[in-house]
Order: sequence, then C-alpha cells, then structure tokens
Amino acid sequence: MPTLTYLEAIRQGIWEEMERDPSVFCLGEDIGIYGGAFKVTDGFIDHFGPQRVIDTPIAESAMVGAAFGAALTGMRPIAEFQFMDFIGCAFNQIVNMVAKSHYRWGAPAPLVIRGPSGGNVHGGPFHSQNPEAWFVHAPGLKVVCPARAYDAKGLIKASIRDNNPVVFFEHKYLYRRIKEEIPDNDYVVPLGKARIAREGRDLSVITYAAMVYVALEAAEILAKDGIELEVLDLRTLCPLDRDAIAQTVRKTNKVILLHEDVRTGGMAGEVSAIINEEAFEDLDGPIVRITALDTPVPFSPPQEEYFLPKVSDVVRQARRLKAY
Amino acid sequence: MPTDVIMPQMGESIVEGTITKWLKKPGEKVQRDEPLFEISTDKVDAEIPSPTSGVLQEIRVSEGTTVQVNTVVASIAADGEGAAAAPAKQAAPAAKPTPPAERKLETAPTPKGAEPPQATVQSEARPKPAPPEQKEGIQFPQEREEEPVRSSPLVRRIARDNNIDLSQVPGSGLGGRITKQDVLAFLEKGPAVAPARPSGGAATAPAAPAVIPGEVVPMTQMRKIIAQRMVESRRTSAHVHNLFEVDMTRIVSLRNHHKNSFEQRYGTRLTFMPFFVRAAIIGLQQFPIINASMEGENIRYHGNVNVGIAVALDWGLLVPVLKNAEEKNFLGLQRGITDLGERARNKRLTPDEVQGSTFTITNPGSFGAVFGLPIINQPNVAILGVGGIAKAPLVVTDSQGNDSIAIRSLVHLTLGYDHRVIDGAVADQFMALVKKTLENWSEEVG
Repeated sequence: MPTLTYLEAIRQGIWEEMERDPSVFCLGEDIGIYGGAFKVTDGFIDHFGPQRVIDTPIAESAMVGAAFGAALTGMRPIAEFQFMDFIGCAFNQIVNMVAKSHYRWGAPAPLVIRGPSGGNVHGGPFHSQNPEAWFVHAPGLKVVCPARAYDAKGLIKASIRDNNPVVFFEHKYLYRRIKEEIPDNDYVVPLGKARIAREGRDLSVITYAAMVYVALEAAEILAKDGIELEVLDLRTLCPLDRDAIAQTVRKTNKVILLHEDVRTGGMAGEVSAIINEEAFEDLDGPIVRITALDTPVPFSPPQEEYFLPKVSDVVRQARRLKAY
Repeated sequence: MPTDVIMPQMGESIVEGTITKWLKKPGEKVQRDEPLFEISTDKVDAEIPSPTSGVLQEIRVSEGTTVQVNTVVASIAADGEGAAAAPAKQAAPAAKPTPPAERKLETAPTPKGAEPPQATVQSEARPKPAPPEQKEGIQFPQEREEEPVRSSPLVRRIARDNNIDLSQVPGSGLGGRITKQDVLAFLEKGPAVAPARPSGGAATAPAAPAVIPGEVVPMTQMRKIIAQRMVESRRTSAHVHNLFEVDMTRIVSLRNHHKNSFEQRYGTRLTFMPFFVRAAIIGLQQFPIINASMEGENIRYHGNVNVGIAVALDWGLLVPVLKNAEEKNFLGLQRGITDLGERARNKRLTPDEVQGSTFTITNPGSFGAVFGLPIINQPNVAILGVGGIAKAPLVVTDSQGNDSIAIRSLVHLTLGYDHRVIDGAVADQFMALVKKTLENWSEEVG
C-alpha cells in the first residue's frame, strides 16, 4: 500500500471521484494553475482541464452560489475555501440557500464545500479557526471533520457521492504531518459513523480532527499509570453517531469531551446533552469539557499554545476524573 | 448584611435538631416572627419563627438533615439586599477588540479543562459562613450518618437494581464519594462487607425476614425518640400497676350541669381532665414519694407538681407539662390543659413546655379502653392511666347500710409505678385518696 499524507489522501479521493463521475468538478480561488493554497488540487487542471477545475474570483459568496446553481442542474461541484475562516463570507448562501434547498423545493444540492481549518500553525485569528459548530447548527447540512488520512479519503469520496450538501473541514495541521498507508482500492467511509481510535476501559475521550492525536498521546502517558483511555473519533459531526457516543459511555462511565473549537456553543456541549439523554444513568462522574478558550485564536505562538487544548490538559483532567 | 438563622437550642440538654420542613423557599419574603421552618428534636416538634424580616436568601440545611444547635441553617437578606449576594459572573468576551493577552486574564477563571464539580459545591465568590459555633460545639459522630451519601447516577442505578443500601458502601472517591468500583466490589463481596452483626449467637440475631409484600418507610424523628424512650423506661424502672374502680357519677352530673355555662363564661370546654389532675395533685401532696425522681442512690422530692399530660397526635405522641399545677385553681387547670393540648397539635409548644414533668397522666380511655397499663415517663416514678368513663351496675350502700344495685358512671384508674422507690402500700393509699377525692368531689367548678 502506498504511504500518503492526509492532504494527498484527500487529493486522491477527489481525483478518483472526478475520474469516476464526470459530473464532479472543482471550483475555488487559485485551485487551477496554482494548484490551490495548500496544493490539494495540484496537477488537476492539466489532467481534467479548465472546465472541471475552475478558478473563481475572490468572492466566496459567488463561488458557493455558482456551485449551488450547478448542483441544482445535476452536477456535483466541490468548492474549495483557501481557509475555512472565510466561510463566513458565504454564510448566507450556505445556511439559507444550500442547506434549505431540499426542504423548500425537494431539490437536492449535492455539493461539497471543503477547505482547511484549525490552528496550531501560528496562523492568527483569520487563518486558524474551527467554525464547524456554526454549520452543525444549520439543519440540512452534513459536517465532516476527519482525523486520519484513511478517513479523509474515504469521507471526501462519501461526501461527493452524498446527495446532501456537505461541509468538509480538513485540518491544516494534519495536512502533511499525518502519513498513512492507504489502500489503493475504491473505498468510502460512511458519513455519520464514529470510530474507536483506541480501546480503553477507564475513561472515554470523545473528540475529532487534530485533537484525536492529542487524546492518543495522552492515552499513552496515562497507560503507564494503568489508566486506560478509550478514544472515540467522531469523524462526522452531523449526523452525530449517538449510538457510538452512548456505547463508549456505557463502557467506561466517565467522559472527557475534547475539541479545538472554542468552548461556548461548541460540539462538547451538544455531545454532553446527548450523553445526558442517552446514558445519564451510566455516568460515574461529571462530564468534563476540554476546549480552546472563548477568545479569538491568538497569533502569538506562546499564546496560541496556551489557548489550545494540550496533552497535559487531557492527562491532568483524566487523572482527576479517574479519582472522582 | 444578611441575618443568619440558627438551629435554636430547644432545651438545655438538647444538642441537635432535625429540620423537618422549610415553610419558605429561597427568594420568598418573610416577616419577623413568621414561621420559617419546622424542627424535630429529642424533646419537641416546633415551628421556628423568623428572627427578622427580609428575603430568605439561602437554605443551608435541607429537610431531613440533623445539625447541632447554633448551626446556621439559613440566611435572610434585608429587603433589596438579596441580589447583591449572588456572585457576579464575568461573561466571556465575544469579540471586543482587546488584544488576546488581556482577554486571557479576563477569562482566566474559566480554564479550558473543566474542574470536576467539587468546585460547584460552594461558589468561590460566596463568603463562607464563619462558623464560630463550631469551636465551642462538640462534633457528634452521628452527624456524619445524616450526611447524604455521595455517588453518581451509575452507582445509584446499580444500587437500585441490586437492592443495595448505599449508606453501607464505603466510598473511595473524592470526598468519600462512592464510585462504580466501590459498589461493584460491595456487590461482589455481598454480605461479607455488611455491618457485623452483634456476636450474640444465632439466637439473638433475627433471621432475615421473609420477603412479604409491603412498603418500607423510615421512622420519623419523633417515632425514633418514642421507641427509644419506651424501651429505655421499661429497662430502667421496675414497673408495677394497680387498678382502681372509681364512681364518677357525681362528677359526670356536675360536669353535665356546668358544661354549657362554663364554656360560655370562660370560652373553654369543661372536660374531665382537670378533675383527675386535681385529684392527683391532692394525692401527690399527701404522698410526696410519688412526685419524685431517682437520682443515682438518692431520691429527689420535687417541690412543685408539674403534671405531664400525654397528647395523642396524628403523627405520634407528646407530653406537654402543666407547670406548678398545685398553684392553679380549677379554671386554671382546665385552661392550661386545653391550651397545651391545642398547641401540641399545632406544633406551637416551646421546648420549655415539654420538659420538667414530675408526674404524668395519660388517657388510654379516649377510644373506649376500660383501662391501660401505661409505661412510666422517665424520670418520673409514676404515671396515672385514666380509662374510659362508662355506665355500669354497681352495688351501692346507703347511710342505713342497705345494699342495692345502681347504674353508675365508672372509670378505671391505673397507676404505673416504679417499685424501686414506691412500694405497693403507698401506691394503693395514693390511689385510694385519688378515688376518694373524685367520688366526694367538693371543689367549686366555676
């Protein structure tokens, strides 16, 4: 099996889908000749031609509007954001037009909106955000946040094939740091299914995207003390895998919710409510949230480090919760 | 400044009290002297009035909890003061253009890793109650037993599913919290960890009761005390009872004659009780050993006659005390008896009024019992039981010595007495005098 980075896995997934289905095409800022801000679509224009790899003006609202129109005519567009921070510019198109299309007219809008999110790269407040929760709160959209290269490829393929609009959050910190052997075959990872990233009996860490690695690293440290973390990688935030969440709580009875997004209104609050609904009587301790602070992402590297959840945070909270 | 509400001392020997009911909710207004909560102590159940007017700010001791006297159980804020007491929470900033460094300081109190909620038990901003009373108060071990067992939803479910009493499970978690491991270990070991039975052999240990359908209800504080006192009295005194039949015909007709005018004139019903109390007082003054207590190897003869009068309540039994009864006239006795009975039923007795009896009268005849054999109310040495008054045939002898059978109103009086200090002859003479007083009643009724 060839070893691919997280970014290459996404590239391969899009490539394969464009090969498989002529209605799939890409549009975005500088995705053609330049190959995209992070080079996800590098070489695409030479292979698929400028009609299927379209450079757009720097106008995210127009880009999503165009993709939406194409989707209504039966195409399967993939709109790239240079940074997911700029998705706010297209917010109205996404939540009012794209998300509600099927509900209002019975017209499916099978488009994928994808791009890099997340921090820990000293990108500052406009190039480091995690805006996934905004879209989880807009019914009609699916929201995907892969952590592994394998999942990134399988989930981008599933997202392209899905008849619902999907907002696909790639994590830029993982783009070139994560390398995995990826099977050559044409596989998809189904949307809405979480996966156990590590089995454990004492505590569950429910997380997604780059924080999966923080949880796994903490698990290694805690294992030396005999504390076994189970790490649940949600993979898809909408629809949420409620069964997997309840199952891990029933198994370990103590839960830490971990995400890189800011605290208030983040996914941890929603997952906490689900646990309350599905597995209250399986709790042997309080649900603990570990998240970023409720501030913009700081530009200063030491401040950003302070702002983001760290391995040591997970270790400390896990020890406390274990003793509870 | 909020006013602290404390658990009052309901009698000098009382060290703790149980809050049975809060009559106000936090945030409700309360007037000075308005009933605020109900308590139950070894001596008495009572309503406790608010020490001041204002808004009930905080209840610190929940219903069913037993605390030492002088413990702060609540605080009352003067009107308009309540809001200031809540800790002002600083909202996290949304998008103010302050540099992140300052921002961090602002949000520092909410660090990313949530503290497990021991922090939520007491808000850090709220001033902790200064506990001066703790210094002088003695820590009683039983106070711990009353603390609710701390556990999690999972532990409670496991306990419920397996019929485990969580108070029997030792907790190893933070602050003695019962964890899943604790309850599972308990479940596994089963009876081995159950509290050790007293080693009296199988004969004394009651066999595990067969499971009979029904309901298990915890005893009220009052019930527990009655249970304890009754067994204690049986163990303490050498109980003996005598029984006297008394012809009440004279008193019954006297009462019938005066009933209406008495009530009209004095606003209180005329009952039989003051007749018995008066007869007992006369007897006690004649035989002071019956109005006494045993103190170690001494006998204390009481200077006054303080008559305890047992009052049956829907929720138990109380014995309010008619103090210095020997100083009262007939009307005073009747008023005192009626008043104590009413206030016992309305939970308005003061602790003073349920202690200090020197002799007790109980009334097993109210529902038709011919007589009862009452248990002595410690530290008294005797108790008079008044049976039901009923018409019955009786042999009467007239002044010429002729016998005839007549229909008379009879009552059966029993005296339960402590043979350690009272011998049968004295007890019988006392009762003979009571009988004579009642049968030859001469005192003005009103």
